This record gives sequence, C-alpha cells and structure tokens, in this order.
Amino acid sequence: MIVRLMGEGQFRASDDLLAQLNGLDEQAQAAADAGNEPELDRVLDQMWQLVRAEGERLADEDLSASDVVIPPSDLTLEETKRLFSDEGLIPDLPA
Amino acid sequence: MAGLMSRTSNVVKAWISKLLDRAEDPSVTLDYSYEKQLEMLQDVKRGVADVVTAKKRLELQTQKLEQELPKLDDQARKALAAGREDLARAALERKAVAQQQLQGLDQQIAGLESQQEKLMANEKRLSAKVEAFRSQKEVIKAQYSAAEAQVKIGEAATGIGEEMADTGLAIQRAQDKTEQMQARASAVDELVESGTLEDFTSGETSLDRELAQISAQSQVDEELAKLKGELAAGGAQKELEETS
Repeated sequence: MIVRLMGEGQFRASDDLLAQLNGLDEQAQAAADAGNEPELDRVLDQMWQLVRAEGERLADEDLSASDVVIPPSDLTLEETKRLFSDEGLIPDLPA
Repeated sequence: MAGLMSRTSNVVKAWISKLLDRAEDPSVTLDYSYEKQLEMLQDVKRGVADVVTAKKRLELQTQKLEQELPKLDDQARKALAAGREDLARAALERKAVAQQQLQGLDQQIAGLESQQEKLMANEKRLSAKVEAFRSQKEVIKAQYSAAEAQVKIGEAATGIGEEMADTGLAIQRAQDKTEQMQARASAVDELVESGTLEDFTSGETSLDRELAQISAQSQVDEELAKLKGELAAGGAQKELEETS
C-alpha cells in the first residue's frame, strides 16, 4: 500500500503499519469531531512520525497513486473543516 | 463515520477527477494534464516568491524596530536628566512595546521560513514528477493501443494529479499565512511611524513635543552658558589689554 503524507511525499507501507495508522486515524477523527485541536495535532503528528520511521520513501519521479492520504500534521481544526467542505482547501486550477 | 485518511483521499480524488473531466477527449487528457502541471509549477514558484517578499518585509520591520530601541533609550535618559520621569517612563513603555513586537516578528519570520521550505520541497517533487510524466506520455502515445493507453493515462494522470493537489494545498496554506501577516505587519508599520521620537520638531505626539521643549530648553541653557563664558573671557581679555 502507498501512503501519502500531504506536503511531504509518498511512502510504501506494510499491512502492519497500515493497521496502526487506521487505529490512530479513528482517534484523529474523534479529536476533530470533538473540536480538540491539541489532540488532533498530537495524533496527526504521531501518524506522520510512524510513516516516516517505518515507511519506505518513494522516489520523487514515481507516478503511482496513493491508497491512503494523511493530511498535514499541522492542519488546524479550521483548515480541517475547510478541507472537507464544499468550498475546499485545495484551490481549483483555472480551466 | 469515515476517518480523516479516507475523507482526505476522497477530497484529493474528487479534485483530480474535476481536473481531468475538463479534458473531454481521453486522447487529449495527457497533453491537457501536462499543460496544467506546468501551470502548477509556475504557481508554486510564484508562491515561493510571495513568501520571500513577505519575509523581507518583516525583516525590514525588524531592522527598523531594532534601530528604534537605542533611540528610545536615549530619549529616556535625556528626559530623566531633565527631571521628567514621566517622559522617561513613556519612552521606556514604547521600548517595551517595540521589544514585544520584535519577538512576534521573529516567530513570524521563522513561520514564513518553514512555509518557504515546504513550498520548495513541493516544487522539487512536482518538478521530478512532471519530468517523469512527460517521458511516460510519449511512451504511452507511441506504444499502446487506444484501450490500453486509456488505462495507462488514467494511472499516470491520477498519480501526478495527487501531487498537484498536494502542491495546490501547500500554496493555499502559505498564502493564507502570508495574508494573516499582512494585517499585523501594517500594525507594526504604524507603530514604527508613530513611535519614532527622533523628530523633535514634528510634534506628532505630546511626548514628542514635551521632549522637544526640554531639548530646546537645555540647548538654550547650554548656549547661554557658553555666551556668558565667552563674554566673561572677553571682558577679562579686555582688562588685560587695557592694563598692559
């Protein structure tokens, strides 16, 4: 499986790593739902550290799509809301 | 409820399909996508330049504020020497505000520095992928049947589309942070302009005026004393000449 750390690049992840990430992901979502920003930051940061430590970095020129995308570790609650809103946080490119 | 990872993946996928849907004919998807990649590369370069400009502005403000500090110290000393503790206090209060602003500026400059680094890393990755896409594009066009090509095109376009979404997000976040700083930077500009005590004659604030008066008064006293001294010396000289 390929994991993308948004803003840092892609990593190949083992099933075991993915299972750990899924566990943390639930905590991250719970923190976001509860509006608990310090907890959100903490869990996202932990997910990033884990991927960096145990994942295998893909070359920059690799064009593979990712199976999993992890948002930036310093994403604020406000930005999280915008990311998932209709307005979006990723700007559209001009046609 | 889906987790943050799958929701983020969905946002990225939706962004990519919106981008690719604009190229109606699959055969032009490759060229269209490539064109957009080059635009995104330009965008991220511009983003880096914007962050650098904002950083320079803050660095300039830091310099100005740092130059203010010894001036304010000097004003406080002069005011105290003139027996005006209230004015000395006002000058020192202004110095404390300037020092607080300096600390804030340091943090903001560090923040912009890290935005700049992130954007430059984004640019490097995107640049490598665009180059890989460019060569793969030619291979796909030359070697595959229409049906096979479509699958390959979809894969390559998705892979690079993800990097483009990633870069777009980084640009947006850097832009947001830079804008937030503009308001604060303007406030600091105001502080620097109104807080300067250097120009005694402009009389912008009461503190300025009072210090100017004290300064003028002490200058008058000094010159008066000097004149008196000259007169006394002159008189003595004259007496000497007359008696000789």
